[in-house]
Amino acid sequence: MAVQKFDTPMLDQLESGPWPSFITGIKALRDNHPDAKINEMTNSLLGQLEHSYETRKGYWKGGTVSVYGYGGGIIPRFSEVGHAFVASKEFHTLRVQPPAGNHYSTGMLRQLADSWEKWGSGLVTFHGQTGNIMFIGADTENVQHFFDEINDYGWDLGGAGPCVRTAMSCVGAARCEMSCTNEQKAHRLLVNNFTDDVHRPALPYKFKFKISGCPNDCQNAIERSDFAVIGTWRDDMKVDQDEFKAYVSRKGRQHVVDNIISRCPTQALTLNDDDSLTVNNKDCVRCMHCLNVVPKALHPGDDKGVTILIGGKRTLKIGDLMGTVVVPFKKLETEEDWESIVELAEEIIDFWAENGLEHERCGEMIERIGLANFLEAIGIDPDPNMVDSPRQCSYVRMDGWDEAAIEWFEKKAEQA
Amino acid sequence: MAKQEMREPIESGCPDPFQYMHPVMRKNFGMWKYHEHPRPGVLLHVAYSGDKIWTVRVGTQRILDLFSLRELCDIGEKFADGYIHFTIRSNIEYMVTDEAKVEPLIKAVEDAGYVVGGTQNSVTMLSHTQGWLHCDIPATDASGVVKSMMDELIDEFRSTNMPNRVHITTSCCQINCGGQGDIAINIQHTKPPKINHDLVANVCERPSVVARCPVAAIRPAIVNGKPSLEVDEKKCICCGACFPPCPPMQINDAEFSKLAIWVGGNHSNARGKPTFHKLVAAGIPNNPPRWPEATAIVKRILAAYKEGARDWERINEWIERIGWPRFFEAVELPFTKYHIDNWRGARKSLNASTYIRF
Repeated sequence: MAVQKFDTPMLDQLESGPWPSFITGIKALRDNHPDAKINEMTNSLLGQLEHSYETRKGYWKGGTVSVYGYGGGIIPRFSEVGHAFVASKEFHTLRVQPPAGNHYSTGMLRQLADSWEKWGSGLVTFHGQTGNIMFIGADTENVQHFFDEINDYGWDLGGAGPCVRTAMSCVGAARCEMSCTNEQKAHRLLVNNFTDDVHRPALPYKFKFKISGCPNDCQNAIERSDFAVIGTWRDDMKVDQDEFKAYVSRKGRQHVVDNIISRCPTQALTLNDDDSLTVNNKDCVRCMHCLNVVPKALHPGDDKGVTILIGGKRTLKIGDLMGTVVVPFKKLETEEDWESIVELAEEIIDFWAENGLEHERCGEMIERIGLANFLEAIGIDPDPNMVDSPRQCSYVRMDGWDEAAIEWFEKKAEQA
Repeated sequence: MAKQEMREPIESGCPDPFQYMHPVMRKNFGMWKYHEHPRPGVLLHVAYSGDKIWTVRVGTQRILDLFSLRELCDIGEKFADGYIHFTIRSNIEYMVTDEAKVEPLIKAVEDAGYVVGGTQNSVTMLSHTQGWLHCDIPATDASGVVKSMMDELIDEFRSTNMPNRVHITTSCCQINCGGQGDIAINIQHTKPPKINHDLVANVCERPSVVARCPVAAIRPAIVNGKPSLEVDEKKCICCGACFPPCPPMQINDAEFSKLAIWVGGNHSNARGKPTFHKLVAAGIPNNPPRWPEATAIVKRILAAYKEGARDWERINEWIERIGWPRFFEAVELPFTKYHIDNWRGARKSLNASTYIRF
């Protein structure tokens, strides 16, 4: 049966131009796919999208759709104009967790494509803003069939709603010399410890883990996650002086001064008369700039670990927040190290689940109660690395000062 | 379906990536030494073992139909060992271990209509949200905006002529999923929600909606004899936070939902701490199917940045050096009272010094 095509004069204008067109792709499904269901669904979708373009309005509504045994992971979409666009009146998205670091074999992609072809619209995105594979467009019944099929061969749903969400990690150690931790391991250990909280939304609001292997933070973890794990190191960075000198001789001293020495945020670099580099490692803050400029000569040190920042989020409700340093440095080598990072996450999520208001992100709760109270609750001692500067206002009651000061010196003595 | 017939889910969570990882990446995991950038769109990583891997980065339409996905798999199998990596900005990366395979791979990708680039100092793929295609609260489309802009910016994706990398993001609402960007194009509503009082009581959990408002502008009310909600329009900041939990409080408007452009968001710690983006332009019409007004401003900002910034300066660093007065001059945008922040913490953004630019 030939599809009665909706006219799409506005969308048609998105087929011209040199960048690949998603409209052309959707039309290919409408016109060339052997399955009538896919032809109908995509035609209907194009019809509704054209209607949105004409009226400048969206027409999807949420609802309640899930798979058996889970409370989340599906983004339900029911059309408000389903009477006119019948074949896509139910057009739900399945959020599926990608392999940590977004590595795929084409065989696995084809297997997913074959399943999606059976049960869905044929549209998919790698990946959504939270990091999920987004299988866009299945009706209510087929959501379960598609999930059953891909769940059998190793894929699970991500989070949706007030729950632990799908995590993200950079390519990291798999292909990057800046990597300072095992990003994939951190990613999977953390998020897979909370599968129950991923699948059954019961937290105040969303909670995201993101892992970047170095302070370049390719995963935008500091600003976009509640629990950011950033690889770093605490010994001296490595300098291959021969490579550095070769760089200076190739680029010239002025270039090196303008682009490396003077760009160090803590003035920790000196270009010596013999074109070698001296690094004042005590002043270095591991910003990554000089390593980025001369990756062949400059490398992270050997004593690697992670910095953990808590509470990043976007605008709703109190405005954008960056995560705050809560663990300045943590080794992730022994099994105990790995267990303790998971325990820290449990501690934080438990405290927030108990004390966060409805729809309040972890960072907003910290803003409300103050970082010091949060630290006390999760059993972490204050550290000057957690602040840009100490308090600037005297409006605070400080009759516990003496005990706090003694505690500080006792802790220092223990560590020495 | 009866309950006993239902299949219990296997709660396997996030899959192990090693099974899908290119073997050379698996072999040299954690043992990479350095990288080079042989040409735009191509990275060369060298391991301590001496192994080398070339990565070819490819821009796509992001919303992939199965034909495109399979075509990208075909290319991966024929030219790139059958492995694909996705970047955070939805670019595809093919990896090869033989330099001779790079050019044929690039040719295959380009012949199929995809775009090689997005590395180093390029304008890489715009990161985008769902929009009218699939979101329940959008005031605009996402894929269409990105397609329109990438058509205009494709040369900057293919080349690396910017002072540093440029990350552009879009967002179809004011509150949620779009990220920080060197340039961010986000919806900015300019009128309070229009309330359908007949529906509020049945559809919305009223206390939650009241609690959701960032400025406490919503209160319970009886309207036309029915329990509903009312908005103090003098307090309302038109953010749309009430709309998701209460769809009868329609915030989206064909005319009054505008686009705003923000600059200087930077996630990296390099040279400075991460920064949020700042408002530079608003009142831009939400104009499908190609949003030419927004694209024109983005291009102006990029041109000024390219012209004025020093090597390695991201947009935020460039502006920090030249100062906001010169920025507004360079991009020919007005500076208004709306640029002066009045949200919590706003004092930090005021100039409490005699540092004045002339």
